Amino acid sequence: MSAGETMTEFDSQPAVPEPTRASTDYTGAPPQVTTKRISDIPLTDTAVLKAQSLLRIQDLNLFYGQKQALFDINLEVRTHSVMSLIGPSGCGKSTLLRCLNRMNDLVGNVRISGSVKVGEDDIYDPAVDVISLRKRMGMVFQKSNPFPKSIYENVAYGLRIQGVKDRAVLDEAVERSLIGSGLWDEVKDRLKESGLGLSGGQQQRLCIARAMAIQPEVLLMDEPCSALDPLATSRIEELIFELKRNYTIVIVTHNMQQAARVSDFTAFFWMGKLIETGLTEMLFTNPRVRMTEDYISGRFG
Amino acid sequence: MARHFDNELRDLKFSLLAMAGQVEEMIALTHASLMERSDAKAQQVIQLDKGVDELELRLDQACIDLLALRAPFASDLRLIASTLKIVPELERIGDHCSNIARRALTLNPMLPLDAGDYLRRLGEETHSMVRRAVDAFVNLDADMAHAVIKDDDRVDALYVQMYRELLRIMIGDALTIERASHLIIVIKNWERIADQATNIAEEVLFIIGGVSVKHPYLQVPPSEG
Repeated sequence: MSAGETMTEFDSQPAVPEPTRASTDYTGAPPQVTTKRISDIPLTDTAVLKAQSLLRIQDLNLFYGQKQALFDINLEVRTHSVMSLIGPSGCGKSTLLRCLNRMNDLVGNVRISGSVKVGEDDIYDPAVDVISLRKRMGMVFQKSNPFPKSIYENVAYGLRIQGVKDRAVLDEAVERSLIGSGLWDEVKDRLKESGLGLSGGQQQRLCIARAMAIQPEVLLMDEPCSALDPLATSRIEELIFELKRNYTIVIVTHNMQQAARVSDFTAFFWMGKLIETGLTEMLFTNPRVRMTEDYISGRFG
Repeated sequence: MARHFDNELRDLKFSLLAMAGQVEEMIALTHASLMERSDAKAQQVIQLDKGVDELELRLDQACIDLLALRAPFASDLRLIASTLKIVPELERIGDHCSNIARRALTLNPMLPLDAGDYLRRLGEETHSMVRRAVDAFVNLDADMAHAVIKDDDRVDALYVQMYRELLRIMIGDALTIERASHLIIVIKNWERIADQATNIAEEVLFIIGGVSVKHPYLQVPPSEG
């Protein structure tokens, strides 16, 4: 066989080597940010993405006298998800949290426009019964504030003021709530002792149990871990993870890592305005707004 | 607000640039060792590889430290995470240069093989891609990163053309088979270095845009999502 014939045979069946990394077809446009990209779909907890909104805040404005504290807030919180509200002090996040159970009613000279809906009910509807509203919205504060009563009575308190007297009902609610807040095993043998004798972390979990006893739909938490050590903090954070199976949680926190760890969604506030909200993992890896970026990476605030 | 963290990130970037600088020097020497048939330059390449390996270890540790101690978010996080991915790419480029240099030491005493201009162009194009990928990282230049990714096609084409040319030569003259086989491995290594430059450019686009541009075939167009 001559060399020429071989060449012909070779050309008819070209043994083209494949480059290890062949051409990549980019459209040339800079990467577009959409929530539809595969890399943007979170690896866990896709359930919260499909959930309906339980809380709907629409065009909410709040004034303390002449001073406006919240500006045109529009925010939705999905059922059984955790929403973190972050932002520098005075940004309006705690004010917004207090709007959700009408605690601002207790402050004089407050004027509110817009609407806040829990399910289908507008909580600022004049016809709404504030007491029954607050039963749907449990609240946990920055500083644990157990009543100077026994552990048992602390948890049973909400039911007692509702007029529940049946011992079996109270026992069941106390046990269920303390189990739910992860405190049962630590206190079941001393339910009659004062709640004030517990450690800071235990007191905070007692307050969570107290909020849970009335079986609210929403748990509002205002910096629930800011006075706790890291171990107690991580117990509360684990608890939040458990609680969101049954509750919708809105948490105000100054601790960005905490917001990143516990929440499905995060909303960033500045000077009474909602600057940016979105999936927590997106907000902390790729915020859209420069101000959010600067705040979460500690450049201002 | 000025942050101490910014100085640490700047140091991290400088260290990565030092590593990239060493790798670029290796590429230049590798190319010269082939073009000039210089054993001395090939030996230099092999020796430089150790320094690049050391820098890889140091940069890995620096990134882990910053992640652990600073718990970075947003663009800080993307910079550190991408650095963790760029460093092994640079280290692999060093390895490929060493591989080529070893082949150069084998080839240099042999008779030259006339396979056209491809080998020079492959070395130059690949070096240019690495240099521009690093520049895109320094300046966070998305246009340049896109250009690097596009240029990979040219290197791939050069690789295929030279591969075919070497096949032709081998088929024509069995005495060339040994040299041509070594050269096939040389050009495969150049082709891989260009791939690594492409990967670096993709990381740069991630740092800038926060969205991975890898594997476009897996990205669902917004209209279908």
